[in-house]
Amino acid sequence: MNWRLALPLLLFVALGVLLFSGLGKDPKLIPSPLVGKPAPAFAIENLRDPDARVDSAQLRGQPYLLNVFASWCAACRIEHPVLEAYARQGKVRLIGLNYKDRREDAIAWLQRFGDPYEAVAWDIDGRVGLDYGVYGAPETFVVDAQGIIRYKHVGPVSPDVMEQTILPLLAGGGS
Amino acid sequence: MIPELGQWCMVLALLLAGIQAIVPMAGSYLGDEALMRSARPLAYGQCLFLLLAFLLLAQSFVAQDFSVAYVAQNSNLDLPVAYRISAVWGAHEGSLLLWTLILSLWTVAVAVFSRGLPLSFISRVLAVLGLVSVGFLILTIFASNPFLRHLPPLADGNDLNPLLQDPGLIIHPPMLYVGYVGFSVAFAFAVAALLDGRVDQQWVRWSRPWTNVAWSFLTLGIGLGSWWAYYELGWGGWWFWDPVENASFMPWLIGAALIHSQAVTEKRGTLRTWTLLLSIAAFSLSLMGAFLVRSGVLTSVHAFASDPTRGLYILIFLGVVTGGALLIYALRAPRIAGGPPLGWCSREALLLLNNLLLATACAMVLLGTLYPLLVDALGMGKISVGPPYFGNLFYWLMAPLVLLIPLGPLTRWQGDRWADVLQPLRLFAVIAAVAGLLLAWLSGDSSVKSVLGLIGALWVALGTLVFLLRRVARRQPGRPLLSAEMLGMSLGHVGVAIFIIGVMLTEALSIERDVRLEPGQTETIGAYQFRYVSMRHLDGPNYRADEALIQVLVDDELVAEMRPQKRGYRGGQVMTEAAINPGLFRDLYVALGEPVGANEAWAMRLYHKPMIRWIWLGAIFMMLGGLISAAESRLYRRVRQSAAEGAAGAHA
Repeated sequence: MNWRLALPLLLFVALGVLLFSGLGKDPKLIPSPLVGKPAPAFAIENLRDPDARVDSAQLRGQPYLLNVFASWCAACRIEHPVLEAYARQGKVRLIGLNYKDRREDAIAWLQRFGDPYEAVAWDIDGRVGLDYGVYGAPETFVVDAQGIIRYKHVGPVSPDVMEQTILPLLAGGGS
Repeated sequence: MIPELGQWCMVLALLLAGIQAIVPMAGSYLGDEALMRSARPLAYGQCLFLLLAFLLLAQSFVAQDFSVAYVAQNSNLDLPVAYRISAVWGAHEGSLLLWTLILSLWTVAVAVFSRGLPLSFISRVLAVLGLVSVGFLILTIFASNPFLRHLPPLADGNDLNPLLQDPGLIIHPPMLYVGYVGFSVAFAFAVAALLDGRVDQQWVRWSRPWTNVAWSFLTLGIGLGSWWAYYELGWGGWWFWDPVENASFMPWLIGAALIHSQAVTEKRGTLRTWTLLLSIAAFSLSLMGAFLVRSGVLTSVHAFASDPTRGLYILIFLGVVTGGALLIYALRAPRIAGGPPLGWCSREALLLLNNLLLATACAMVLLGTLYPLLVDALGMGKISVGPPYFGNLFYWLMAPLVLLIPLGPLTRWQGDRWADVLQPLRLFAVIAAVAGLLLAWLSGDSSVKSVLGLIGALWVALGTLVFLLRRVARRQPGRPLLSAEMLGMSLGHVGVAIFIIGVMLTEALSIERDVRLEPGQTETIGAYQFRYVSMRHLDGPNYRADEALIQVLVDDELVAEMRPQKRGYRGGQVMTEAAINPGLFRDLYVALGEPVGANEAWAMRLYHKPMIRWIWLGAIFMMLGGLISAAESRLYRRVRQSAAEGAAGAHA
């Protein structure tokens, strides 16, 4: 066998192994090891106001959703109307974590699609995202009143997820 | 009863496909003509049963048989009939059945239009296609059966994903599948040629029209998808580098490379193994696209409901089909003679460069698409790759390709002199540069990228014009001015120029504005005044909507009335139906955001998008180019001749 001609086959086998490795790790189903643990603390710049900070310690007291989003993230636009609707109805308390984004892009994005967030933390270098095990946007964490992560949703939040998973968790309250 | 009949049809089709994969192949090795002759009737029979299965599934939707789980999941009593029919391919199971049906239609087309080919060759081609069909049918029947019952039946079903309730989406997937699956023909020809061992230019000539047609449909399918995303998603964008879009774009890039490399191999006999490899790659990437979309390995805007079991199955199937083909390639390709050497200044050398650039672009898209997976597999955390990576790299990879496009047709096969090639183009290069700068200046657009892009587009358009003018000047009496092949090529290249102009000007000059308007208020964008007149509620068959009336005025003269909607569907999904006033030189686009405050005030997004239609116009030109060059009579004429020679040789 001529090795040069077998090269495509070898590359394909490598690709196959890679794709196979992806199968076990369905990105939407991975439970976060952080569930049941305290939400990692952060105090970083406020997206809307460079002089202010968003401090996770001050968020406690009421359960909230920490929504990881970015202006470059297409799927975020899918979930945005859902989050917006629930936040505006007062059903959820929504905190944004703007992930690896340019400030002006993110602000323009919020102006365009609506800004339902109580506060938006600006995670320019993704360091907070790293603490939370974020691997892409969108991701949404349910954090209870004591600051414990109750659930992590990967990918766009749909009305189904909101109704069937997130709202019952929030209703379960601070227990 | 009807769903059970449908299942039986699929099982019968699977049996026939299995026989089609084995018997003609065995016949070709045994030299048994009767066995080989079974290939065509088997293909016809398989197609018949698949068509029946498909119609029976459609019937279940039309008759609203909610005892069929797939029907119940994807339609409800309120869904209009047209969408009940398109719901047949609205989700994974049914779209897989459509995919298989289209594969078998292609197989029938090959069987019908290949009368001139040697029997042993066509038997192998049809057997390979049969094998591919077996794979898809096993997946459909055992892991994605659309006819499964849900008992007791539901009184009413869910709803079709509202994103898919749209005329564009009725035709987008079938066109895309026709393209994907069409590459299976070039694949089957390549595998049959490798099995034959004596690979010559013949098989390439036979497979060229099929490749061109498949690529044309893929172009149409991708163009429709982009157009749909533009008006339905309400973001005003036309391409997002989403994994699913990339999955369709990779076979397109390799298909474009294949079209050109087939031309080289057919005319000059060089690049033979490369053409074989591309034929295998184009179809393999189509299969991999199916895997990425349906396995849930990557997150995407429009992924199907994902299922790792199906993913594993498709992966095994991909391994058998692609792995098998590449193994045969590794074993058999050494026997293939290299063909005449390449001269550096020749059309074949330029086309080889074209191929390398397109293949690199494809590798770049593949890497970007799979990078999150790779990083995850290496345990380096999880990341996602954004459009900046794709947009930038792609631009700079395509820039040299654009530079080369006009040179290819003007350069002779075998060898030419650069001076002779460039001489007639000099003047036009200057014109393109000046006109490009002028255009950029007039439109007030000054980024380096778009100025270069505009110059490149004009360079391609003028270069194609030079080629056509030279044809006219050197016309030989009694011969047609342009062969179908040359006409198709010119159209395709002009399409590239139109596409680039559209992209550059749209990206650079679009004005987007987010405003809060109350009825009676006006917002001015450029020469256009958007006046928000009123808001009303209306009820659709399966949704409720708020519809705004917006008048657009230029110099106080009404030019358009636009009615954007915000729809709430039964399932709770909210859809933005943008209102678009299209034009060859500009689109006006209004999308509703959210109600804000009292007095029917709404947040709205207003766009003025110059030249965006040119993006799809370019795609249409490319598609037409592909289809017209597939009609090249020379390809068919020689098929008959060579078949006669082949037959004579066999009898000798």
